[in-house]
Amino acid sequence: MDNAITTESLTKRFGTFTAVDRLTIEVKRGEIFGFLGANGAGKTTAMRVLCGLSKPTSGRAIVAGHDVAARPDSVKRRIGYMSQRFSLYGELKVWENIRLYAGIYGTPSARIKERSDALLRELDFEEGRDKLVRDLPPGWKQKLAFSVAIFHEPEIVFLDEPTGGVDPVTRRQFWELIYRTAGRGITVFVTTHYMDEAEYCDRVSIMVDGRIAALDSPRALKERLRVATVDDAFKMLARGDASPLYTNN
Amino acid sequence: MNMATVEIDGIVKRFGTVEALRGVSLSVSRGELFGLIGPDGAGKSTLLRVLATLLPADGGKARVEGMDVEKEYRQIRPRVGYMPARFSLYPDLTVEENLQLFATVFHATVEENYALVREIYEHLLPFKKRRAAALSGGMKQKLALCCALIHAPSVLFLDEPTTGVDPVSREEFWRVLGALKRRGITILVSTPYMDEARLCDRVALVRAGRFLDTGTPTEIVERHGRMIWAARGHDMPALLADLRAHPFVESCFAFGDWHHATPSPGASLARLREAMEALGHREVEIRETPPCIEDCFIRFASCQA
Amino acid sequence: MKRPPSPAARLFRAFTLKEFRHIFRDKRTLLVLLGMPVVQIVLFGFAITTEAREARVVLLSPSPGAAERRVTDRLLSSDYFELSAVASSPSAVERALRRGEADVALVFEPAFDERLARDGKARVQLVVDATNPGLAAQFSGHASAIIAAAAVELAGGAPPPLAAETRLLHNPGMKAAYNFVPGVAGFILMLVCAMMTSVSIVREKENGTMDMLLVSPARPWMIIAAKLVPYFTLSCVNLATILLLSVGVLGVPVAGSPGGVVAVSLLFILVSLSIGIFVSTVARDQVVAMLVSGMVLMMPVVLLSGLIFPVENMPPLLEWLSRLIPARWYIAAMKKIMIEGAPLHLVTGEILALAATGAALLLLGLKKFNDRVT
Repeated sequence: MDNAITTESLTKRFGTFTAVDRLTIEVKRGEIFGFLGANGAGKTTAMRVLCGLSKPTSGRAIVAGHDVAARPDSVKRRIGYMSQRFSLYGELKVWENIRLYAGIYGTPSARIKERSDALLRELDFEEGRDKLVRDLPPGWKQKLAFSVAIFHEPEIVFLDEPTGGVDPVTRRQFWELIYRTAGRGITVFVTTHYMDEAEYCDRVSIMVDGRIAALDSPRALKERLRVATVDDAFKMLARGDASPLYTNN
Repeated sequence: MNMATVEIDGIVKRFGTVEALRGVSLSVSRGELFGLIGPDGAGKSTLLRVLATLLPADGGKARVEGMDVEKEYRQIRPRVGYMPARFSLYPDLTVEENLQLFATVFHATVEENYALVREIYEHLLPFKKRRAAALSGGMKQKLALCCALIHAPSVLFLDEPTTGVDPVSREEFWRVLGALKRRGITILVSTPYMDEARLCDRVALVRAGRFLDTGTPTEIVERHGRMIWAARGHDMPALLADLRAHPFVESCFAFGDWHHATPSPGASLARLREAMEALGHREVEIRETPPCIEDCFIRFASCQA
Repeated sequence: MKRPPSPAARLFRAFTLKEFRHIFRDKRTLLVLLGMPVVQIVLFGFAITTEAREARVVLLSPSPGAAERRVTDRLLSSDYFELSAVASSPSAVERALRRGEADVALVFEPAFDERLARDGKARVQLVVDATNPGLAAQFSGHASAIIAAAAVELAGGAPPPLAAETRLLHNPGMKAAYNFVPGVAGFILMLVCAMMTSVSIVREKENGTMDMLLVSPARPWMIIAAKLVPYFTLSCVNLATILLLSVGVLGVPVAGSPGGVVAVSLLFILVSLSIGIFVSTVARDQVVAMLVSGMVLMMPVVLLSGLIFPVENMPPLLEWLSRLIPARWYIAAMKKIMIEGAPLHLVTGEILALAATGAALLLLGLKKFNDRVT
């Protein structure tokens, strides 16, 4: 099987409100998949279901080879997650944070040392090892959080608005990290409100009112809607100025 | 006669050993829509809190509507509408009750100033009996703006009103700001989204407690003083690496579906294209384009550092 | 002609209304706040009634006789004792006590009647299980008094040359209920006023709503005062619940003036409210406010105020420390008025202590609660 994520009519309801409506998508292994949508369109809910944090009401989702409803723990072991809200412990030093997360995923301690050295070298951040995370500039925290989220070599990493409020240079460095990660075969599933970042994805989906209104490569999407940027495509679909290009069934 | 609504002169603010503002100066005229553009931690919120008279500065002077933020803060407050970055209304009160409360707090009534908020509040009317906690992100922002406006202030300080908001709601929000500006309200708004600079009359690029540059978006682009080469090809990540490695390119960053390269002096666009094609890149397109605000920010930031 | 309310009055009304809304919309917290006094009074009351049960008596009577029976009958006919077993040997007595089958053993010396008739005196031993010291004291007190009375009777009515007569004042049934009612009142009022007030102020700091209010023309004292109104009301409801339940359900009479009880309680409510304001100026977030009011305020109230351990029995250091706890003065004053029926002028000391603490904290709190956030 070559898909990192496969969903079939995945639905999540809260009472009478359908947050995710029959989501059917396939995300390929090693792909950078941009998961776009307006506020309240159901992105966060869908992401929580895919991460095994929330049970779907109906439908199926296979993530990293396992059914999220039946075997959420197997899914969780094979994925990494980084949220828009910074997820490292500010009161711990950089290396203590790395060790903590490595320990949570059961990395053998002999390997932690060598791997965390490699991680800091790759980030060009070796001098930061003994700093408290809360003293780091916001951009560094974000990059570090990302590196920690993929420390256990997950099959898929979920990034929930990873670059919110990050300065322009760091934001680009962050995307270079994403590219390198995808190059190593890790699937990247990312949400963002920066539409220029959507252009960096292999494929993007645009969610409107709980449904996928479009799913394509940025270039094909722009061609089909005859617009110059993904930003324009997004606005057309979210406002309902263009009819959905993608049907679930 | 000085017509500046907001005047800041060398404001310094420290939190412990951290210098959040390192002496910033600025003057905003009546009816201007002014943007503070910069990433998190640049000092935007701190400056707005100083101006909203919530935070005393450690140095420098600031005047709002001609009054000193330090000495005359009590007279300033009724004139100012402040919207903090975080949602700061009562989650257990309804939409209506929140608006009513903030009107009363400023000795005003919803009725007398309704015209000012009508356009925004109409979106909220179907939910007026709903508790604020149950609103969506975009609706919360709208309600917060209504509450900041309901006492008819002459100056608005909006701290990152569009952060985490999707592009459609963001566009709508800026349209509302434009309408308020036309009513003569002076607006000082902060944002981390550089592309929103073009929606402001003037902006300050903020980084690490300092202003990198201040002016109209056009002035700032002119001050950048150079054209940018935008490039694209079939394999964007590889193209980025190859462009950076080429001596014709001083620096290069990804910008959506293009890469923006700052050419070295004496570089030739045509020869750069040939070089890239020689490296095996297909569908290579390189063209000269004026820089955008984000290019300027990156360049000024690298000069500062 | 009715004048329109001034802006300040309108503002105050709006704030108060908002506070009541906060409280009434948080149904769970409201339920806890209103239910807690009921639950506490009922629980304490239940614990006391099971505690104030009859003592089970094991009797060892090697040579039964008329005099002996008179002592035994007199003891068992009282409300406090019932016969659970008759032992045949001292070891059987010991076993019954150790197994918890009896609380008290009444042991007559061999040939009790004979000795009494021959020597004019005989010995009877009272053994009390002191696992629960309070109960043991109660049982031995009652038993001694009854036996002493029986002795007088046996001596033919002639009173013994010296006998201590024990009369249990204020609490003739020795019902512990009398002591815990002021304690529970102190605890609950402190909780509602200090903890809830501080948490509700700090919540506004945390949510950022305090900033929104501070940038307005509203003065800080008004924001605070409006917060006090609903919690003051809620405390009054709680006080009424406690007093009605203890009088109506537990049958604890109010010996002193009911007006005095209410007056002292209102004073204590005000003190607790100022504690709440003070805590809110120190605490950064709701967790800190909870911890400060929970650990720093509640624990000493429970431990040092006389709610659980009598203040009189405390080591001097703790006794001295307890003087710093407003609840101690409140509980002391309440005991005096409610149970001893003392007139108000006898609790002047307690009232002064409460008033002084309240005034000091209120001033400190308002001074610290400046209208800028630094």
